[in-house]
Amino acid sequence: MTVRVLYFSWLRERIGVPSESIETNAVRVNDLLDELREKGERYKLAFTQTSSICVAIDQELGDMDSDITKAEEIAFFPPMTGG
Amino acid sequence: MKLSVQEEPFFPDGKIGHFSNQNQETGAIVTFLGKVRSDPENPLEYMLIEHYPGMTEKAIEKIMGEAVKRWNLIDCLVIHRYGKLTPSEDIVLVATSSKHRREAFEAADYLMDFLKSRAPFWKKEVTQRGESWVESKEIDEVALDRWK
Repeated sequence: MTVRVLYFSWLRERIGVPSESIETNAVRVNDLLDELREKGERYKLAFTQTSSICVAIDQELGDMDSDITKAEEIAFFPPMTGG
Repeated sequence: MKLSVQEEPFFPDGKIGHFSNQNQETGAIVTFLGKVRSDPENPLEYMLIEHYPGMTEKAIEKIMGEAVKRWNLIDCLVIHRYGKLTPSEDIVLVATSSKHRREAFEAADYLMDFLKSRAPFWKKEVTQRGESWVESKEIDEVALDRWK
């Protein structure tokens, strides 16, 4: 399946693109992260420590164990700082 | 319930005036205005606020819906800006209305606590010393526990 993957804040800067289409068979967010780390050094660096990274699946907050087999859009970002 | 996520500045007086024009059941209106702050030790040149279009609106609407239900609000308003903002510009306006003051106060407090760490915004500060992303604070996570 093809998913749209989005990056925000310093993750976007580190990876170098705001979004991209990824061909994946990942079942969980963690599987997708493993695949992304394979894409190169920038990804590996960005996703070294995932304890401080948030994920949204189709614009709903999830976690690294969330099922993504039906997802169309997956976003990674650091903790939010609104208000 | 009214929400606006926008790049352009807003005029708080006008927004509050409009919001205050309510039905006769309303006995209390609470408003909160959040502004861009500069530190005299390391003056801020500007702030860049990034957001996640689509999710931002959904996340805030959910937070507003929960506040309306929990405090039986008559109405509430959130305006949140993104883009480039300079010191003393307004970032966010929250307004709540209810029959009695307690509900309006608490709901406004709740809305701000959740906007801080559950609405997908990220702030970058640019000063003469350079630029840095604002890090989330432990205290903001702790603040959410108050509402459990």
